[in-house]
Amino acid sequence: MRGKRVVVVDYGMGNMLSVLNAFRYLGCEVEVTDDPFVITTSSCLVLPGVGSFRKAMERIRLKHLDKALLEGVLERGTYLLGICLGMQLLFDFGTEEGGAEGLGLLRGIVERFPEEKMKGLKIPHVGFNTVSMSRREGLFEEIPEDAGFYFVHSYRVSQRRKDDYNEAICVYGEPFLAAVQRGNICGAQFHPEKSQSNGLLLLRNFLRMSDHC
Amino acid sequence: MLKKRIIFTLLYDEGSFMLSRNFRLQKVGGLDWLKRNYVFSRITLAIDELMVLDVSRGERKIEAFTECLAALTEECFIPITAGGGVRSVEDARRLFTSGADKIVINTALFTRQDEVRKIVSLYGSQAVVASLDVKLTDEGYEVRMKNGGHPVEGLIEESVRMALSLGVGEIYLNSIDRDGTGQGLDMEMLDALPPDIPVPLILTGGVGKAPHFLEGLRDGRVDAVATANLFNFVGDGLCRAREELLSEGVDLPCWNGEISESLRNLFRRAN
Repeated sequence: MRGKRVVVVDYGMGNMLSVLNAFRYLGCEVEVTDDPFVITTSSCLVLPGVGSFRKAMERIRLKHLDKALLEGVLERGTYLLGICLGMQLLFDFGTEEGGAEGLGLLRGIVERFPEEKMKGLKIPHVGFNTVSMSRREGLFEEIPEDAGFYFVHSYRVSQRRKDDYNEAICVYGEPFLAAVQRGNICGAQFHPEKSQSNGLLLLRNFLRMSDHC
Repeated sequence: MLKKRIIFTLLYDEGSFMLSRNFRLQKVGGLDWLKRNYVFSRITLAIDELMVLDVSRGERKIEAFTECLAALTEECFIPITAGGGVRSVEDARRLFTSGADKIVINTALFTRQDEVRKIVSLYGSQAVVASLDVKLTDEGYEVRMKNGGHPVEGLIEESVRMALSLGVGEIYLNSIDRDGTGQGLDMEMLDALPPDIPVPLILTGGVGKAPHFLEGLRDGRVDAVATANLFNFVGDGLCRAREELLSEGVDLPCWNGEISESLRNLFRRAN
């Protein structure tokens, strides 16, 4: 017996143990790599990470992982799931530490929660919060109404209104993008690997979609 | 709105899990005992965070502790908090790389403040929990460090302010008097705190049944309640307590154990 193969991109930002455990629980065989060739030729990619947007992009570029990711996702149609910082990196630009360009797979800017709108709420946003989805399909299939997910972050993508993006929204002071899917490109600002049954469902949906491509 | 949390705290001592009563430890059993008496994949569905503390009073064997931590949390898809004897950046690093999302600092809050600041700046406030062991005396609520044995200067209000000044992201308050008694949380302790704590507050010590959780979680100042008693909630006790809290309207996340179980090995397939 073998499991579905999942390639987790390692660019040296943060602890991936629980991400690996979650995919293993679902029966996957997980390969952790920083090898551009393995990334380009994989059919199912996960981009985890916590920390600074700018440092992450520097490391990704230094290891030539950006080209490998773009080639896989855009030319080969590989399914990619960015988690936490990994989701933020999918967007055009992050303003942290003077700013840096992201992978540009999704349109949007990653900015810090605006203090003036926070009404005394603390930054970072840490804990379980409720997420609402407009369409319960694709990445969000069968996820219960107002499901709780675990967040730890100070930066976010503001709520967007684009019809071709399947979105999940969380409200913390203001609405922001909690998770997103556009075709084969998926992202979760929260940690599905820390969100019990709700998170495992989202990972299952991602794996199932990548199976059918 | 952030949800409230139930935390299960495991006390570890050289390969065994312990019961604590007023900070006196009694050995209960090893990892096998724990797995026999708690179906782990089910217990995690009753809680929102797992805390594992190395309470060894002798020399700490961090290698064995981190191995145990990794084994415990393999199928535990909630935030993991670990601590006990964290004195340095290196101690913290080892816990983070063994699966901890947050670490707990107790005595070092008073004795190694520069190291605590370094840990906060390296891993962020959200990853550092200040744990204060509190005892009610004639003077008021006092904080005791070094396994509850040594009083620190001043009262609880000062200790909390000092911990906050180091940049910690959460405060974990444990009542030494209520610890392990099952008589309920010391809610009056909350009145002795600074009124404007800008970080989440976890209250523990004395939880013996569901209404004790309810009393704590209903208080606006409390973000989470923890229990470390291995006997009060043995079997599916915690699951039943959680159901009771949800039916009372406490805003906890809803978990579905059947879904989690149905997803196990879903993507394992024949060659």
